[in-house]
Amino acid sequence: MILAQLLWSFFQIGLFSFGGGYAALPLIQNQIVDIHGWLTLQEFTDVLTISQMTPGPIALNAASFVGTRLAGLPGAVVASFGCVLPSLIIVLFLAWFYYRYRSLRFMQGILSGLRPAVVALIASAGLSILFLALFGSKTLPSSFSEVKLYAVGLFIVGFVVMRRRKLNPILMILGSGVLTVGLSFL
Amino acid sequence: MIHKKEDLSRSQLLWVLFRSTFTLSAFTFGGGYVIVPLMRKLFVETYGWIEEKEMLDLVAIGQSAPGLIAVNTSILVGYKLAGVVGALVTLFGTVLPPLIFLTLLSYVYDAIKDNTIVKTLFYGMSIGVAVVILDAVVSMGVAIVGKRQVLPIAIMILAFIATYFLKVGIVVIILSCATIGVATTLLGDAVKKKKLKETPVPPEGRNEK
Repeated sequence: MILAQLLWSFFQIGLFSFGGGYAALPLIQNQIVDIHGWLTLQEFTDVLTISQMTPGPIALNAASFVGTRLAGLPGAVVASFGCVLPSLIIVLFLAWFYYRYRSLRFMQGILSGLRPAVVALIASAGLSILFLALFGSKTLPSSFSEVKLYAVGLFIVGFVVMRRRKLNPILMILGSGVLTVGLSFL
Repeated sequence: MIHKKEDLSRSQLLWVLFRSTFTLSAFTFGGGYVIVPLMRKLFVETYGWIEEKEMLDLVAIGQSAPGLIAVNTSILVGYKLAGVVGALVTLFGTVLPPLIFLTLLSYVYDAIKDNTIVKTLFYGMSIGVAVVILDAVVSMGVAIVGKRQVLPIAIMILAFIATYFLKVGIVVIILSCATIGVATTLLGDAVKKKKLKETPVPPEGRNEK
């Protein structure tokens, strides 16, 4: 049963993520953390962190990771397969369509509506990860004492550096980690 | 080793396709936006198997179809060069590296995740991840606001309110925004066509291109 659930969940992730980059992120979080509770938000953030530093697309990394944890190697294979199945069907159809008609107007229409929506979805997922790091929970804290000042400071400094310098993301993530470990020994 | 496509046997061609996509997926960090330019470089510039303009179209299809851009584009390149079998081969090549790597890693993760130093490291890195994601969000948001069109900005704001405050399901948001996009694009096309038909082309406009 768990294999069927994995297949269906990652099929939906593959089917509804448009636009690449972080576009799959809110969907993965929604399926894995919110709907099924297969990973805690903390574990999900760890997977995301690992994904950022390992090669390959985030969604496939998440599929393999979650699949293995829930059902071993078969789980990883099934989840990855589910994730790419919609692509395979739809993209092959579009490729055939393209070589026949060379018209993409319909797809362009879909994209024009989705581009701004995807930004909003990623923003929402990004905020829950940020709040987890800063306050230890998904939402804004009820009192000021729950705020981790160190995390807020590091985030602000990191964000300013990132906007100004366009630092390599891996460097930014690793740097934040090493700095935090270093400071924890003081 | 650079071959002309015609000089390769079918199995050699499939092997090159597998090897290329496997290597790209195994050594490229950061997903689709990094893999696609490298794919273009390899198949357009290095091998010369795909024309520049056709590659742009393939990338556009890969981006507009659902799914992961890296996966979509590799399917398209495989299909273009060796049909459906080619598409399956490039898909396999792209999926295999993360599958191997993350499966191994997930075993290790369970063993080390409660270690204090590892925990602190991951905690620090998660702040870095938040920085990277929100930096990307700001860049994408600025690009959309910068076009100064009302509809995309409205969609962005409403979608954020819907998902963050109202907890509307992601699938619902995606489907409705896609519908709005198709409707406005096709409607816009229809209006343009009608205007073209109704207003005869002014004589001085005919020579303009």
